[in-house]
Amino acid sequence: MATLGSALFEARNLTMKFGGLVAVNNFSLRLEGGELMGLIGPNGAGKTTIFNMITGNLVPTSGNVIWQGEDITGLPPHKITAKGIARTFQNIRLFADMTVLENVMVSFHYKIKASFWHAMLGLNKYRREEERIRERSINLLREVGLAHLAGEKAGALAYGQQRRLEIARALATSPKLLLLDEPAAGMNPQETMELADFVRKIRDSFNLTIFLIEHDMKFVMGLCEWIKVLDYGNTIAEGTPEEIQNNPEVIKAYLGEPKYATG
Amino acid sequence: MTTKIFLQQLSNGISLGSLYGLVAIGYTMVYGILRLINFAHGDLLMVAAYTAIYGITLFSLPWYVSFPLAIIITGIIGILLDKCAYKPLRDAPRISLLISAIGASFLLENLALVIIGGVPKAFPRPEVFAKVIEIGGIRIQMLTIYTPIITLILLFGLLYIVFHTKVGKAMRAASVDFETTRLMGIDLDRIIAFTFLLGSSLAAAGGVMWAMKYPQVNPFMGVIPGLKAFIAAVLGGIGNIVGAVLGGFLLGLGEILLVAFMPEMAQYRDAFAFAILILVLLFRPTGIMGEPLVDKT
Amino acid sequence: MTKTRRNLILNCASLVVLFGILWLFQEYGTEYQIRILNNIAVFITLAVSYNLVNGICGQLHLGPNAFITIGAYTSALLTMSPTEKQMSFIIKPLIWPLSVIQVPFWISLIMAGTVATVFAFFISFPVFRVRGDYLAIVTLGFGEVVRVLCNALQSVTNGPLGLKGLKPYTNLWWSWSIAIFTIIVIQRLINSSWGRAMKAIRENEIAAQAMGVDPFKHLMMAFLISAFFSGVAGGLLAHLITTISPTLFTFFLTFNLLIIIVVGGLGSTTGAVIGATLFAWGGEALRVVESPMDIGPIHIPGIPGMRMVLFSVILMVVIIFARRGITGRNEFSWDWLLGKLSFGSR
Repeated sequence: MATLGSALFEARNLTMKFGGLVAVNNFSLRLEGGELMGLIGPNGAGKTTIFNMITGNLVPTSGNVIWQGEDITGLPPHKITAKGIARTFQNIRLFADMTVLENVMVSFHYKIKASFWHAMLGLNKYRREEERIRERSINLLREVGLAHLAGEKAGALAYGQQRRLEIARALATSPKLLLLDEPAAGMNPQETMELADFVRKIRDSFNLTIFLIEHDMKFVMGLCEWIKVLDYGNTIAEGTPEEIQNNPEVIKAYLGEPKYATG
Repeated sequence: MTTKIFLQQLSNGISLGSLYGLVAIGYTMVYGILRLINFAHGDLLMVAAYTAIYGITLFSLPWYVSFPLAIIITGIIGILLDKCAYKPLRDAPRISLLISAIGASFLLENLALVIIGGVPKAFPRPEVFAKVIEIGGIRIQMLTIYTPIITLILLFGLLYIVFHTKVGKAMRAASVDFETTRLMGIDLDRIIAFTFLLGSSLAAAGGVMWAMKYPQVNPFMGVIPGLKAFIAAVLGGIGNIVGAVLGGFLLGLGEILLVAFMPEMAQYRDAFAFAILILVLLFRPTGIMGEPLVDKT
Repeated sequence: MTKTRRNLILNCASLVVLFGILWLFQEYGTEYQIRILNNIAVFITLAVSYNLVNGICGQLHLGPNAFITIGAYTSALLTMSPTEKQMSFIIKPLIWPLSVIQVPFWISLIMAGTVATVFAFFISFPVFRVRGDYLAIVTLGFGEVVRVLCNALQSVTNGPLGLKGLKPYTNLWWSWSIAIFTIIVIQRLINSSWGRAMKAIRENEIAAQAMGVDPFKHLMMAFLISAFFSGVAGGLLAHLITTISPTLFTFFLTFNLLIIIVVGGLGSTTGAVIGATLFAWGGEALRVVESPMDIGPIHIPGIPGMRMVLFSVILMVVIIFARRGITGRNEFSWDWLLGKLSFGSR
């Protein structure tokens, strides 16, 4: 297939089957760059599976992931991160027994220019780089409002702070595309509102494209410019928040259901 | 090689394989629920063998009393093992659980060494099993014939429990989703205890037959069969009971036939099993009958 | 005075003190004391490098005895003179180049580490395809395979007869210099960006990978470095005991190392050093329980295995009731010590 011009990211007909079960069927997505795209759908609709296919945690049964014209389907997750796609996790996955600062510093590791031997011999090239990583990590923590907690163990942070740290850590890998997996899960309305502002802010200041999964309809409707709706692995609708809110299919599949607590 | 010798070796392989299979069931059942290699499982063979010996020599029990008694006692020791070494660590990091398992294994072995001593004890073989018969010119010990039969009977009994009783249903549920099963109000501790009881009893049956096959009992006799049985469980597909027995048969047959066809390989016999393990893990980590892992990110 | 400068001075001063003490023992100590000091140093080397894989990377590796064995044989074969080798290998002659090579002790130690690392490289491919319990059993299996090979490859290892009459090259200077070198290298690694990546893998491998860390590369790196020092320590042990055989470095040794790092504090180099010292020293002291005793008129015969019973119980008690061991994941630092001292004097 010829490259289709300028798309930053493209998912083409991603399909994932586990045994006989089709978890995701023919999912396609095109991002030009700079969007704030949302993906919604009931529990078990296959949203996280889509993320896992994009980030290389799962290899799709069929379909392709195209990044800046290059086919990256099936690359291991760390290589995909290095290409410029970062993610957060639905169930927070911090390095709990490391400090907040160290959590962020890990993300700079893959870009390190000094070699292992430089580090072992304590050469200046490595020392300077380590110092720069530390500075940039602290700056990033300042940006997300966690700088005062830099020396704390990540596991000791409050829930909302842990969510922020997850985002800071993902940002430290210098992504162009950021995938957020249910960033508002477990937050109260006040925190959710702050988070929406925060996501908008980082999109602008880091020049990001954001693709997020969310349960909280209000959050997605208020934040995202374009929304896709997934049900039983199939994309049943897409459009602007207004269009989605008025789509009868969506109402039937998702909004019509009584809303359960997230989880 | 003549057909006669081949058949002889084949029967040896099947008999050895069924012992691996019996022990492998315990590994696979515990792994299925706790996701833990019960390192001390192999040592239960030794516990059963000693218990059976003392039943006969110290209490002058007939073998048909002493052997089942040994199996029951070992089953109970299996439950105690779980209660002391694993239960306190249910929510601990997995590495702790494994270390505790290794500690338990060394403890059992060295307790036996301290209490009984390192000199191997002869295992009294009942005449029924020791008798040698001749079929079509092949001389076979009755034990070699009984072992696979007993294994299959125990296997079917176990399958009945697992698939047709309430407790079996709970065991299967726990192996699919531990947390949800707990939430559904099933007393998981009892299910786990029952699993250890079954697995350990089968290991004990294997241990008694192993001791009849190689009638020198010492504190470390369970180590190698334990490791081999674990490999058999992986080969068959960990978590799968029928797979464990199948893996046991394949490994036992493979070992015996390797030595039969290539006698110069005899000294590499113990390495053979590990080579199999590495090959399985490299090319088909889910084993013969295992199911592919489902996304758990 | 900056902190770095102060720490450097304190480090150097404590090294001078340490080697001063060693010199005193060398001059005035008994043979028994010197042996224990040597054991402590070798166990420090082993435990600190073992902790890198188990404590820092969080992978339960059960095969250090394999690398110790490989190191011991490599080093021994390289220091024995061609005549000694010819006389030792009575079943099958030793294969050529090994039969004629003889090198100084220090080269043999480097080779011991190198050969162990080469083996580690090849085994790391199957080992790090799996995790958790599987990784444990594969590494344990590798230890068994090495033992089988030592028995079987008679034209290299002299089979079950082993190698006897090695020169006792290992002395306090060698063993302690290497122990300190190991601590410095491993600590540097742990505190570097690479060490951080390894800890991230331990804490949450999926997340570490999502942050761009290649788990295989980093685990292999830790595994190879650990194998190198295990191999060197194997060479030291060979020239300390002067006799090696396939049954010398079994899973028992691995079990002992596991106790050391768990009791010391899994994930802490300081813990590994404390654990190794306690083990090598206390382990000797505990020999009492295995030797025959006469209490008044009552004669208690020696009970073999009693020490291992105690060790197993200690391991299980620590892992169940005090999982953090002695130090947890904390490390010794001068800041901490000086802080304690000034607090005490206040």
